[in-house]
Amino acid sequence: MKDPLQGISFSVGQTAHSVFCDPGRRLSEVLREDLNLKSVKIGCDAGDCGACTVLIDGQQTCACLVPVAQVDGGRVETLETAEPDLSRRLQEAFLAHGAAQCGICTPAMMMAAMALLRATPRPDVHQVEDALGGILCRCTGYKKIIDAVMAVQDISASAPTLCGGPAVGQSIPRLDGRPKVDGSEVFGADFTKPGSLLVRAIRSPHFHARFDLGDIDGWQRSHAGVQAVLTAHDISGENRFGVIPPFADQPALADGTVRYLGEPVALVVGQPEAIEALDLTEFPVSWRPLPHSLTQAEGAAATALTLHSDRLENTLVRGRVACGSPEAALKAAAHVVSGRFETSYVEHAYIEPEAGAAWLDGDVLTIQACTQAPVMDQEETSKVLGLPRDRVRIIPSAAGGGFGSKLDVSLQPLIGLAVLKTGQPCHMVFTRRESMRASTKRHPGTMEAKIGADAQGRVTAMVFHGDFNTGAYASWGPTVATRVPVHASGPYLTPNYRATSRAIHTNGPISGAFRGFGVPQAAIAQEVLYDDLAIACGIDRMAFRRLNALSDGDTTTCGQQLRAVGLGECLEVLAPHWTRAKADAADFNAGHGHKRRGIGVASCWYGCGNTALPNPSTIRIGVTRQGQLILHQGATDIGQGSNTVITQIAADALGVPVGAFRLVGPDTAVTPDCGKTSASRQTFITGRAAEAAGKSLRASILRLTNLSAVSRLDFGSGVLTAHQQDTHRTIDLTALPEDANGYVLSAQETYDPPTSALDENGQGTPYALYGYGAQIAEVEVDMKLGTCKVLHITAAHDVGRAINPRLAEGQIEGGIAQGLGLALIEEYIPGKTEDLHNYLIPTFGDMPKVTSILVEKPDPEGPMGAKGLGEHVLIPTAPAILNAIRDASGARVTKVPVLPHRLLAAIRATT
Amino acid sequence: MYKRPNSLEDALDILASGDWMIAAGCTDLFPATQHKSLRGPVLDLSAIESLRGIAVTANGVHIGATTTWADLTRAELPPCFDGLKLAAREVGATQIQNRGTLAGNLCNASPAADGVPPLLTLNAEVEISTARATRRVPVSAFLTGPRQTALASDEMVTAIHVPQSALSGQGHFLKLGARKYLVISIAMTSARITVEDGCVTQAALAVGSCGPVAVRLPEIEALMIGQPVDPRVITDEAVAQAIAPIDDIRADAAYRAKGAAELLRRTVEVFA
Repeated sequence: MKDPLQGISFSVGQTAHSVFCDPGRRLSEVLREDLNLKSVKIGCDAGDCGACTVLIDGQQTCACLVPVAQVDGGRVETLETAEPDLSRRLQEAFLAHGAAQCGICTPAMMMAAMALLRATPRPDVHQVEDALGGILCRCTGYKKIIDAVMAVQDISASAPTLCGGPAVGQSIPRLDGRPKVDGSEVFGADFTKPGSLLVRAIRSPHFHARFDLGDIDGWQRSHAGVQAVLTAHDISGENRFGVIPPFADQPALADGTVRYLGEPVALVVGQPEAIEALDLTEFPVSWRPLPHSLTQAEGAAATALTLHSDRLENTLVRGRVACGSPEAALKAAAHVVSGRFETSYVEHAYIEPEAGAAWLDGDVLTIQACTQAPVMDQEETSKVLGLPRDRVRIIPSAAGGGFGSKLDVSLQPLIGLAVLKTGQPCHMVFTRRESMRASTKRHPGTMEAKIGADAQGRVTAMVFHGDFNTGAYASWGPTVATRVPVHASGPYLTPNYRATSRAIHTNGPISGAFRGFGVPQAAIAQEVLYDDLAIACGIDRMAFRRLNALSDGDTTTCGQQLRAVGLGECLEVLAPHWTRAKADAADFNAGHGHKRRGIGVASCWYGCGNTALPNPSTIRIGVTRQGQLILHQGATDIGQGSNTVITQIAADALGVPVGAFRLVGPDTAVTPDCGKTSASRQTFITGRAAEAAGKSLRASILRLTNLSAVSRLDFGSGVLTAHQQDTHRTIDLTALPEDANGYVLSAQETYDPPTSALDENGQGTPYALYGYGAQIAEVEVDMKLGTCKVLHITAAHDVGRAINPRLAEGQIEGGIAQGLGLALIEEYIPGKTEDLHNYLIPTFGDMPKVTSILVEKPDPEGPMGAKGLGEHVLIPTAPAILNAIRDASGARVTKVPVLPHRLLAAIRATT
Repeated sequence: MYKRPNSLEDALDILASGDWMIAAGCTDLFPATQHKSLRGPVLDLSAIESLRGIAVTANGVHIGATTTWADLTRAELPPCFDGLKLAAREVGATQIQNRGTLAGNLCNASPAADGVPPLLTLNAEVEISTARATRRVPVSAFLTGPRQTALASDEMVTAIHVPQSALSGQGHFLKLGARKYLVISIAMTSARITVEDGCVTQAALAVGSCGPVAVRLPEIEALMIGQPVDPRVITDEAVAQAIAPIDDIRADAAYRAKGAAELLRRTVEVFA
């Protein structure tokens, strides 16, 4: 046996290391904390996500599953230290193919790819999938990662050069991509101040309980290294936050009552080693469990305990949109179909659990954490902590995925409180279980709908009601309740309509924002019923949708007259694919196997921006005396690409190449508010602000140079030169006065989309702009096992103007992966699926072939015609899959996910 | 306390000295803790070279306790091991297969352990050692329930042994899960069938992930002997009776009964 005094010796890359620590420590911890190799990411600490994949003696391994003792004498490789040539080529391939979105899984993907490529320089798709299959990605849908790995042999190790000409419309590599692919990106857990204290939360083990704190002082005295224990009594501001101020109801630390499993009741703060080692189940708190409800039906039951005394019958809010005379129209309809549909809790399952650090900078509390909404974090954190807003600064770290859940504050008020109470820098990193318990989910829905059509197959009326389980606190429940009735008709002309919704409190996880705000759930009900109706009318399902699709000049159920409706174009471009897919399925089914193929189609529309509420974005562009061009890009980029897209728009508006800009990110101290990254609003709203700011700065330069037009702008050292054919004018920037922001030339523009409030029947202008799309799913159902393999999704999306086509494709592929998960795999069961072992998201092997078609029908309201896309892309996927399953098997499934046991039961019920 | 001896002798002496958590691949131990290090005392077997590797002897095939799934995949073994090799490629993903061990899979005793059905069809025995003695127990007796084994606190598994008598025939394995990689099975089935002159002379069938422990199906096996391979003898009723299926978050019992039977028929079909 080895003498422990010798330490544990291993090489990392070319460097030999000896570490002296607990031999049972996870290798991932040693690499990250002792050797500062932060490309090794922690997503689960259980081998379920693969984000910590490193090579040990050339073999890919989850570093979180290896006691450091086991690498004694071995050779470890991480992305920072791996062989430079292959690493560089992988980086270029990942950049060129758009294989990194948020970037949190990227280093692991590259390490697994490296092990593969050494043995198999030209792998095929299946070899890539097998080799990388142990790593989860929640953003990309995996396709571009596969493309990148397969292209490595043919890529040079030098960075590609950009084409000239306008930036908009070019698939330039993401501007913030380099740190994502070289492993240097700083995510929430990757930065702490020296001497930072660790914060851990004591959380409720019950769904609903009252609690009493015991002898905390005694407990603290008996645990060395604990510097502070903080409870609701330590909160000096208003212990109540929420993303929609009138509904704010969530305590940062619970005060006497917990309403969901995992609700925090206290914080322990102290030396990291000591705090990490604590067994928090010994913390002095006594629980008195109360009866609890977990489903929308339980929450709505007359016997259910009321969660919030001012919300009768556990109703948070109701939504309604109505027009025409739906009952009369249904009575008169030639065909009427109806159904009841159920969806489950869905977990965002970003690979980065919530994490961040906080410290005092003078008297300003500074918080660097993963987020989608820095200014909202600032507002809510300052309110909870009782600080004026200008004493809280939010610096968003890179976010390792968000998808809606990182809109709500998580640890920001908690680490802020710890800093204020201890006076020392603090940090907090949620465990995977903590993240899954405490973060918001997609609302489970129970939806009933009835739709009628006339003898020619034109939809005449629809009624819809959805009960949505909004969990213990409000979060985005009101938004879901409002958005669903506006969108539940789908993008189809529906002259008589009534859609209502109700958000119901339960003791389940808090439901919040998740890519689509309830619209993906409602689309399942509507699109499955459209298949019923097409069949009842005897019309081809695609033709039925083309017949009823909204088009320019049509009026929505809210009474809004539409323009720039690209749905007809999307369906038209899909029509030949539909014919081909139908023939392919028929050919396959001519054989007599137990496998049957089928096809389905579904559409989407989605209003971009807040529903009938202001949501401005402000963009500032400045020129320094030294001639630097600075873009304050406040649209938080959580992987979707706004750093690149907004810059492309600003570049063309100003008339400079994208490379001319230096980006300053969404830091509340230095960048104006671009609102939250949600509601598919950034390309549209921040894009419009960027376009306006670029044009405004250009106009200023024209005035200064007395030119009528400019063909080129050059920013040099202390000078700005404007060129118009043979005329060249130079501005001496050093001679100009600096403004308060330190700029000698600048422009700041705000854009707020024109909407109007909705009346009691939901009539008005909820959105200034909509995006549209449709997808065809081709599936294969195993009739005896009830399994479903999605073979191919053909997706056509009207983006108005594709600012960056490759990034748009990345959104489509990623949205399809999440839509597939919603349809077939994902079901969060409170208390049971609190890790990535039991909560399953799609892996490399589950993705279908994806054909993306970008349709461009410019909207005059969008920047250069562009519309939002981020949420649209997952709305049609699940209903298209359900409709394809029915086409294949005859089974009309009304509950998602369609797990094998549900599908087999449905198949057996039809035969 | 963390011990990582180089010899089996030392390991067994240490084990006799107290209550130790035995560690090898650690792919089940680390997920069981939220902490940043293994809570000891830990006895780590990974430095004992003699415990790792596969040897084909006159008595059968000897698989050392710290042999990984990847080791097994790379080993040259008779066709009766094909089922076990297929299972090896379905354990988690490559990262897990590179570290996780067959013996650890048995000791963890998950009802969904991928290795168990094929090992059952191979009539595998578990070699258990203390500082004083060594005994062998069939896998079926070693696994006494979900997360329960016949291992006493002073014992460790030192090898898995497949007897010579089980080395005939061909193995096969199928796993049914809700996604492709990194998946816990809804059901899995394994078969080892020996066919001579068109008729089955040995049949070993097993189903896992459907009940508290994976099981063999001796009644159905008996029906196959002396007949040409015919999956139709595997009826839903017979399988349901043999496996006593359970409900859990992955599937309900009714599905498991039918799904396992269908999966088992497909496992056997390849030999027909």
